[in-house]
Amino acid sequence: MIDGTQDEDDDTASEMDMDNYADDFKVAAKTKRKPYDVEYESLSQRSVEKLMQRDVEHICGIFGVEADTANLLLRHTKWNKEKLIENYMDNATAVLVAAGVTLPDAPTPSRTHSIASSSQSQSAARRPATRSKLLGLGSSSKSSAKSSSPPKPISRTPSKKADEAFVCQICFNDAPGLQTLALDCEHAFCTECWLDYATSKIRDESEHTVRCMAEGCALVAPDTFLRDILLGSVPATGEQQAREKTWQRLQELFVRHFVACNSHLKFCPYPSCTNTVSCPSAASKSSLITVVPTVSCGARGIGVQDSAASMSSSQQFVNGLGLKGKEHKFCFGCQVESDHRPVICSVARMWLKKCRDDSETANWIKSNTKECSQCQSTIEKNGGCNHMTCKKCKHEFCWVCMGPWSEHGTAWYSCNRYDEKTGVDARDAQSKSRASLERYLHYYNRWANHEQSAKLALDLYAKTEKKMEEMQITSALTWIEVQFMKKAVEEVDKCRMTLKWTYAMAYYLYRGNEKDLFEDNQRDLEKAVEDLSELLESPIEADNIPALRQQVTNKTVYVQKRNEIVLEDTAVGFLDGRWRWNVSVDGFDDPEDQ
Amino acid sequence: MASISSRRLAKELREIQAEGCPVGISLVEANDFSKWVFTIQVMGDSLYQDEVHTLQFRFDPQYPISSPAVQFVVTDGKQAPIHPHVYSNGHICASILGNEWSPVLSVIAVCVTLQSMLASCKKKERPADNDRYVKHAPENPKKTLFHYDDDTV
Repeated sequence: MIDGTQDEDDDTASEMDMDNYADDFKVAAKTKRKPYDVEYESLSQRSVEKLMQRDVEHICGIFGVEADTANLLLRHTKWNKEKLIENYMDNATAVLVAAGVTLPDAPTPSRTHSIASSSQSQSAARRPATRSKLLGLGSSSKSSAKSSSPPKPISRTPSKKADEAFVCQICFNDAPGLQTLALDCEHAFCTECWLDYATSKIRDESEHTVRCMAEGCALVAPDTFLRDILLGSVPATGEQQAREKTWQRLQELFVRHFVACNSHLKFCPYPSCTNTVSCPSAASKSSLITVVPTVSCGARGIGVQDSAASMSSSQQFVNGLGLKGKEHKFCFGCQVESDHRPVICSVARMWLKKCRDDSETANWIKSNTKECSQCQSTIEKNGGCNHMTCKKCKHEFCWVCMGPWSEHGTAWYSCNRYDEKTGVDARDAQSKSRASLERYLHYYNRWANHEQSAKLALDLYAKTEKKMEEMQITSALTWIEVQFMKKAVEEVDKCRMTLKWTYAMAYYLYRGNEKDLFEDNQRDLEKAVEDLSELLESPIEADNIPALRQQVTNKTVYVQKRNEIVLEDTAVGFLDGRWRWNVSVDGFDDPEDQ
Repeated sequence: MASISSRRLAKELREIQAEGCPVGISLVEANDFSKWVFTIQVMGDSLYQDEVHTLQFRFDPQYPISSPAVQFVVTDGKQAPIHPHVYSNGHICASILGNEWSPVLSVIAVCVTLQSMLASCKKKERPADNDRYVKHAPENPKKTLFHYDDDTV
């Protein structure tokens, strides 16, 4: 029921209405792109495959090669078509050899070479230390099998001849009539071994390049070859499924590789989602200082497994209302959080790092506490006179000079051992530390407050649902007419997200008119959201429902507007380069220079 | 899979017994298809003259599709050779045991490679990061992702 891949028409009637309702809003919002929305397109695995297909066909047309070859060439050059074409025109053979399509023309270094010399001849710079050609060093049967296949350029044909002398060099199976396969290099192995090898590469290593199994042979198995191995012969029914899965996995690996090679494409990070998002305007790092690329892959709902496991039946509805409709929203530019608008990626990251760092805790402890001079317990003085008695070790001391109280006399509130000079210094240092700490805590508390509220959104959804039912009972309102409550909750949830990140942004904003304006907008949104929240929490009485409905609807629209103003103004500010920071941020002028 | 692994190892073992090991290598123990032990000695003029080292192979059911876990034995008074690619816990940094493993390689082929690795060594020393590696090394050398960086020794 909470399947993200499911289409809306499988849902229950009520949910369907709701989805359509939500979609209507989306369509309306999409007609004109807001400055804070980034342009993007979501693609299914199928459509990414089509993109790949297009590139492959293009290369096929230019080079006059088969699709298999074009695929290998493109994968080898990381789908950089321009580079491939240039290199191919320059030296086609070299490219084909490097991509593992054909064998090098020049005879490969003798395979029956002694090891010591071969390790010198093979001096590919990044190649490892003990690389050696070993073939032919083993038993005699090995070398005889080797010599039976001189390299010559022939078209790849699964050699299904019953060669009685053939022994598979991997499993040593010498059964007559053993089916064997070889790439152009003619290194023949039995189909069983090929299958095991390809399966292990694809399933265990998530590797999409399957090379010839012979040691040192760089030929890569083309797609049709792998297809033959995996799906060619008809296996036992149980195995069939596993093989198809492997083949599917291979297709997925191809797509992932393609997506990874293209900077304007990104895979949806949600578990078991196979969609891709294309967002050319956020492809470069430098673009991330002007846009916050919040995108959504088009799929809805969270993974079936996770939700089924963690949701009790009573939560099912909440799920239907809240999470079911949740899009797979994520930030194209970073992994910090799915939607950190209006603040840009690098600042959001900086803020989170600061919040996570224990340094702030330490900072607080440093400026608010002292340690007992005897047992080193941390003590916060929250009132009273300077005569302190450690709760733990009962040590009595003076808070001001930290000396033992016994030497102190009876000056409870002023310390006569107080050293003027150091005292002033200490106080200065402490108040300075406190000011910056308080500033941080001001922003942090508000940020954390909204974060907390977002976490409680599930509860709010459930509570609202109850109220909506109640309303339908106590008043003449229909199901569709009480939807204003849900809409309001959604809006509050959304605005809290925006508000949360405005505090991160404000913390780093350079003081000035721009910041003042920003904070004005922030304050207006904050106030509107709190008003609406309060309305939502207010008790429902039968006679005030129409009034409440009016108020909530009005407020919702207002809140929505305020949110848009904040997002829009900030986004435009980034595009205009209006924002200045009080710390150095990549891509911006250093605050020191201003 | 298991049957391929044992069939292949049985065949390798038969060949070893029929034709013997290459000079300097001898089979010590091969009681089953999960662990074999060899002794290895560098013949001729080398830094490792008169040294005998013990080499242990462990096979999983995916052998020969996946590489065997190969290391020098360093218990019972046995020592790993001092070599820039051999750690003091017996682990060996050699590409053919990792990303360059090929299913056509055999146990004997691995022995011969390692023998030649020792033979071509010019300076007896431990890897630069020996202490750090040995401290945190996993029990099975296959679990280590070696960075094969040096082509010269």
